[in-house]
Amino acid sequence: MSGEQVRSGIASGRLEPAQYAANFADLHPVLSSHEARVEADRCYFCHDAPCMTACPTHIDIPMFIRQIASSNPLGAAETIFSENIFGGMCARVCPTETLCEEVCVREIAEGKPVKIGQLQRFATDAAMAANKQFFARAAATGRKIAVVGAGPAGLSCGHRLAMLGHLVTVYEKKDKPGGLNEFGIAAYKAVDNFAQAEVEWLLQIGGISIEYGKALGRDVALDRLRAEYDAVFVAIGLGAARALDIPGAELDGVDSALDFISRLRQAGDLSALPVGREVVVIGGGMTAIDAAVQAKLLGARSVTLVYRRDRSRMPASVFEQDLAAAHGVHLIFNANPVAVTGAGSTEAVTFEYTSQDGERLVATGETFSVAADQVLVAIGQVMEAGPADLAVADGAFVRSEHNRSSLAGVWVGGDCARSGDDLTVSAVQDGKVAALSIHESLMG
Amino acid sequence: MADLSSTFVGIKSPNPFWLASAPPTDKAYNVTRAFRAGWGGVVWKTLGEDGPPVVNVNGPRYGAIWSGDRRLIGLNNIELITDRPLELNLREIKQVKRDWPDRAVVVSLMVPCLEEAWKAILGRVEETGADGVELNFGCPHGMSERGMGSAVGQVPEYVEMVTRWCKANTRMPVIVKLTPNISDIRNPARAAKNGGADAVSLINTINSITAVDLDSFAPEPTIDGKGSHGGYCGPAVKPIALNMVAELARDPEMEHLPISGIGGVTTWRDAAEFLALGATNVQVCTAVMTYGFRIVEEMISGLSNWMDEKGHKTLDDVIGRAVPNVTKWEYLNLNYVTKAHIDQELCIKCGRCHIACEDTSHQAIMAQKQGVRHFEVMDDECVGCNLCVNVCPVEDCITMVPMAPGSMDPRTKKPVAPGYANWTTHPNNPGAVEAAD
Ligand SMILES: Cc1cc2nc3c(=O)[nH]c(=O)nc-3n(C[C@H](O)[C@H](O)[C@H](O)COP(=O)(O)OP(=O)(O)OC[C@H]3O[C@@H](n4cnc5c(N)ncnc54)[C@H](O)[C@@H]3O)c2cc1C
Ligand SMILES: Cc1cc2nc3c(=O)[nH]c(=O)nc-3n(C[C@H](O)[C@H](O)[C@H](O)COP(=O)(O)O)c2cc1C
Ligand code: SF4
Repeated sequence: MSGEQVRSGIASGRLEPAQYAANFADLHPVLSSHEARVEADRCYFCHDAPCMTACPTHIDIPMFIRQIASSNPLGAAETIFSENIFGGMCARVCPTETLCEEVCVREIAEGKPVKIGQLQRFATDAAMAANKQFFARAAATGRKIAVVGAGPAGLSCGHRLAMLGHLVTVYEKKDKPGGLNEFGIAAYKAVDNFAQAEVEWLLQIGGISIEYGKALGRDVALDRLRAEYDAVFVAIGLGAARALDIPGAELDGVDSALDFISRLRQAGDLSALPVGREVVVIGGGMTAIDAAVQAKLLGARSVTLVYRRDRSRMPASVFEQDLAAAHGVHLIFNANPVAVTGAGSTEAVTFEYTSQDGERLVATGETFSVAADQVLVAIGQVMEAGPADLAVADGAFVRSEHNRSSLAGVWVGGDCARSGDDLTVSAVQDGKVAALSIHESLMG
Repeated sequence: MADLSSTFVGIKSPNPFWLASAPPTDKAYNVTRAFRAGWGGVVWKTLGEDGPPVVNVNGPRYGAIWSGDRRLIGLNNIELITDRPLELNLREIKQVKRDWPDRAVVVSLMVPCLEEAWKAILGRVEETGADGVELNFGCPHGMSERGMGSAVGQVPEYVEMVTRWCKANTRMPVIVKLTPNISDIRNPARAAKNGGADAVSLINTINSITAVDLDSFAPEPTIDGKGSHGGYCGPAVKPIALNMVAELARDPEMEHLPISGIGGVTTWRDAAEFLALGATNVQVCTAVMTYGFRIVEEMISGLSNWMDEKGHKTLDDVIGRAVPNVTKWEYLNLNYVTKAHIDQELCIKCGRCHIACEDTSHQAIMAQKQGVRHFEVMDDECVGCNLCVNVCPVEDCITMVPMAPGSMDPRTKKPVAPGYANWTTHPNNPGAVEAAD
């Protein structure tokens, strides 16, 4: 063990240089063509396939698998992209174990679903490696649409609108597109700068321009967009991390897990990225798992993930939980943080055990403490103050059928319009559905 | 985008994928669903003469063989021609053709060997507006015992006679569907041509028993303790069908009579292979009976992507392209020397290549090197037979590498001769002739 690994506090360079590349390699390397053929052969080409229904974007899964089986990976990719233009990212990040693969008839029959996600990766990688474009723009309609937010929801909407012949302008607060694909998804799920490559690839359709550094509410007003464009789609995600509201939360070393991940995703050199020796992660969702696993991969000696409810209620899937456990993350359930302690910087977190009384969480009064020189908080995201004239309920923009907002001519989608079920694939579907609805409302 | 539109004996269809005459084409209900799914044409389930329809067994009609994962490999059936009234079928055919004018609707026929019988039914089919007829000379069970189906198809004189009757009694194109249950497919095919057929289609099903129930000692499918031979079809019959299609495509006497390829077509690749061997279109039965009509989407997408990738613009760029490369054994180049080569990086050391070669072939693959498990070809024993390639479970692990002319073949201890030389001029051939050119 190197000296750096045992150094206390938050430090960089805890690992041998070569170790970083190995630790942050592709979580599931793409299947070889032989593996893909064998796996594709397992698909039964079910009638009215349950996997298709379970996929939020309703990709024709049996068809694309049959296309892989008949050595037509580009045809397979076309089948995928025609419903989900982020089919490449979704193949990497979808929790398939709770979506398509959960309902695969072979999961029911033998506990071994067809590896749909990996087959999807196989086909979409082939198409992107060939820089194959499948969709051309329809004849120009002369309609202009503003999209706010260049995340998966916004770009999915923009791409579909461009396909339909509309002219799209995307307003993006940051100086890079991709949203959480670029700043949130775990590094080992989207290696080799995939998020940027995917956006570049899908923008090749043309008819979409992105204005970077333009935030709705700060640089552009919704009123202006409504006046200047034929329709507006707002997909600004949930910008702000919910803060920990307990004594000691202001100590050095307490950080938002999302910021930690975002820094990691943007780091050129992972060995320069500091991480604690004893890390505590608070939360139970995908962000918590990703922060914990990546802290461990950066060389933290111990990582403890503490979730306030019991395991069965954990939002992270069993696969994600196992992934964390396999990386040596210690999972503790039924414990609520009550204080962070330390002189100047954090040294420990005190938790109180909880028990579940129906839906209610009850404090037991019994406490324990875990040493921590870094605390990563992943207790959810909340919407940054959005445009005041869009109605909000349950922390999300109110939406009705086809993702119409409370304002005429404005559609909403993705994380900012969902309370829960915050997945890349759901954001993509929201964008697609909104685009089709916008198209219908403009073209009659 | 490649143009998949197809013309077969003057009949146009948006793609070369037709459904073969069988249960999938027995009713307007099915055919309409097929057209909606994208099929280019159908050959309606075989009609018989007017009167009480045939009756089918009421127990199982199908038997099958499967891969270990129960993928259906071969299907066998003892079904007869349509068991629905003639009038009903004709009415539906007329309606379907009217509703789907851009799709091919061909009607399969099988009536007794009497000119009057054929004349009568041809007239009624013409009234439906169907695009053509296919003469079912192939059904190997049930109908053949009544002097129809393969009982006609196995006697070239009958084939020619009935074809001639049909040509004399209709303006519709006549396609003759051939039975593979015969020793040389060229004989009935030539007979059809001589009778004036516009095209042949092949193959119909192959006589078969798929399995025997070892408890009841009865063949499967078993109907009340007994079974009967049935017609075999599906992926397992494709190699037989491909060969028969190729035989006709390269038979000078057939003078390029159009061929509709049938037998085991399951994916776009199978279809492309039939086209390359000279078929103008393909017909499909078992694959849709296994997976449903939707598979035509895969066929259309696959064929069109492959054609784009290879720069083929229309089906004519593909049809018959492999025919010149099918030749007789005696014209194969004996100077072409290959050796198997095992890629040690890919080898998983199962040893199947070794035991196949050691027990049954030429003892050319070692199983050990310096006391360690290791499989490597010994070029001085390898005759280049390809058996190891076929038994190897890893794709591309063993490949056949051609030897350059002039290099020493360690097996024969002779240099590889340059140029082309075949058996007809080989010194060991007692009938060797001087090369013609
Ligand atoms: C750490 C983490 C890991 C995750 N892992 C997974 C996973 O493995 N699998 C999965 O399916 N999902 C995962 N998710 C969820 C998934 O990333 C989101 O559901 C998805 O990105 C939502 O897409 P979106 O387009 O709605 O929002 P975002 O991706 O958040 O994009 C919103 C975009 O809008 C921009 N924006 C924000 N405010 C403004 C403004 N005022 N004006 C202009 N632009 C603005 C943002 O900069 C951003 O580009 C994860 C989320 C997190 C946080
Ligand atoms: C159940 C069944 C019934 C069939 N009935 C007919 C028929 O009535 N007329 C006919 O010409 N061929 C009939 N066939 C043969 C098919 O049309 C086709 O020639 C054969 O099945 C080979 O094609 P495939 O491998 O795609 O199934 C039948 C096949 C099956 C499986
Ligand atoms: S396929 Fe349909 S008709 Fe045939 S046995 Fe099954 S249920 Fe009965």
